[in-house]
Amino acid sequence: MRTRRAAVELVAPAALVVATGLVGAVVSQTSEIYFVTALISVSTVVAIYVFVGNSGVLSFGHISFFAVGVWAAGVLSVPKEEKPATMPYLFDFLASTTVGNVPSLLIAAAVGGVFALAVGLPLMRLSGLAAGIATFAVLGITNNILRYYEKIGPGLNTFSSVPETTGLLQATIGAVLVVTAAFAYQRSRLGRQLRATREDPAAARAVGVSIYRQRLASFALSGFLAGFAGGLYIHFIPINVDAVYLDLTFITLAMLVIGGATSLWGAVVGALFVSGLDSVLGETEDGMTVLGRTIDLPSGSRIVVVSAVMALVLIVRPSGLTGGREFSLPSLGRRARPAEAK
Amino acid sequence: MTGVLASGLTNFVGDALDKQVQIDAVGLGAIFALMAVGIGLVFGVMRLINFAYGQLVMAGAFALAFASDHDWPVGIGIALCFAVVLALSLAMERVVFRPLRSQSAAVMLIATFAVAFLLQSIALLWFGPLGKTATSLVELNRPISVGGVEIRKITIVAIVVAAVCLALLVLLLDRTSIGLHMRAAAMDFPTARLLGVRANLVSTVAVLIAGALAAVVAVMLTVQYPTVTPTFALQETILVLAGVVVGGMTRLLSATLGGFLIGYVSGLLGGALPSSQSQYLPSFLFGLVILVLLVRPDGLFTRGRGLVERV
Repeated sequence: MRTRRAAVELVAPAALVVATGLVGAVVSQTSEIYFVTALISVSTVVAIYVFVGNSGVLSFGHISFFAVGVWAAGVLSVPKEEKPATMPYLFDFLASTTVGNVPSLLIAAAVGGVFALAVGLPLMRLSGLAAGIATFAVLGITNNILRYYEKIGPGLNTFSSVPETTGLLQATIGAVLVVTAAFAYQRSRLGRQLRATREDPAAARAVGVSIYRQRLASFALSGFLAGFAGGLYIHFIPINVDAVYLDLTFITLAMLVIGGATSLWGAVVGALFVSGLDSVLGETEDGMTVLGRTIDLPSGSRIVVVSAVMALVLIVRPSGLTGGREFSLPSLGRRARPAEAK
Repeated sequence: MTGVLASGLTNFVGDALDKQVQIDAVGLGAIFALMAVGIGLVFGVMRLINFAYGQLVMAGAFALAFASDHDWPVGIGIALCFAVVLALSLAMERVVFRPLRSQSAAVMLIATFAVAFLLQSIALLWFGPLGKTATSLVELNRPISVGGVEIRKITIVAIVVAAVCLALLVLLLDRTSIGLHMRAAAMDFPTARLLGVRANLVSTVAVLIAGALAAVVAVMLTVQYPTVTPTFALQETILVLAGVVVGGMTRLLSATLGGFLIGYVSGLLGGALPSSQSQYLPSFLFGLVILVLLVRPDGLFTRGRGLVERV
């Protein structure tokens, strides 16, 4: 019974991810881009969930790990011949190396993980507001350096000539991998210890759990996954440094909280719900026909509606769409799942 | 190498001690301190970090730009600015803060993100990414010479206005019954309610005072940066948020000092960093923030240790 319930907790979010990928493959070529974006959002939000959800400590710094993942994968996978034109000031070893798709993703993840570990070593001693602001400061510093330090990337320019290898298939596989890693972690000894510190720090310490070590381990894993998500993203769409700063930080955190920050299921549902809403409204800005009536929103109104809906969901359901609980079948779980959790 | 470093350091210290740089830094610190009070007051009463505070300043700035676009007199522009900011603050409190009052800090913070996003995207939709210019008060940007130092009038105005606002606030908190209620609510909200403090009234007043301060900040910031865009005051808000936490959010005074300090340090660094490195100013500032937080996580200006649950 217990293993069956555990299996459901992994299978449900993974199945939702795969279903998104399949639906994306069936619909027209033009809207495929929305599905890939949604799947990459799932990877990113689940990466953040690994730390924020399990530890209960809010982090604004995860987009810096995402950003270094973007930079690592982007800089390394641009063909050697193209580099002098777009990134003339690169360090020699960066300028003279080009790696393939999969290695670049692994390097992105490794760079994200190592960076998170290095940052976490001092910062994981903090908690509460101080931790929030300190991780925000990390984001500010990372963004500032990526923006102006042209020896490690394109600076203010947009990446160009990065092979666009992240299609529906790679985005789906990536998201499933990230979800599986998050699941394995939260069921593991380490994950359970960290969740114990979230529920009651004093009691957890009393039974010998080191809050610092558990948070650090989770932070590093979370950074690893965020770097991986960043790698997926740069292989999908050319972006610049502004795309990996405040807006992305807020939207991903909002996805997590809207879905329900304390469960993996919530992270996946939140990411898909907000991306779905965003895509539908994006289509509407270009004019969309629903039930024989054409709805045409002025461009730019999308973000207005999305942020209004985000605020509304939080007011009506502060614990998120899933209530922060894992997916469970009504017959297996003691409490039936609320219907609106999709 | 060490010679270069030493002379660089001497120049840096020399520039930082320059009177001009000092006065500008104090002026910036004064404006930041006002924002810190606005954020700290609402935090004290509701335990809510209002990330949308910068967007209130932005809305006020757009009101000023709107007025100067229509060639309205300065007084009407400022009145419009106050009206817009106060109305928005009130709406925010009613629609978002009040229903979420019993929720966790994370949920409330994310909700204010959503509000910030909403206001910013409405501004983008309305005024476009390039924004508008508010020119009616540009006169205040002219320098006057005091003892051989060129001081812009706005710097003096900012320092005086901030001092007056803070003095008024202290009077309000110390000498009126609503001030007493607010201090009681800041100390222990549930107990204060049991003793007859009206929760809704107290939080409304706190939000309104914070709003009025946001309007004051909007007026002073538009003098220095007349181009009003949807991201107006965003950078400042982030720094002030860092500042209040560095100062210590448990008391209004420490939060205010933190806000002043980060404005002052940011002014000093801005004036003293060699131009080749001035683009890295945010990194230096945030680096300092991290260092201070590591050494004093409860805040620079707080006394003793915060309450930590011990086993």
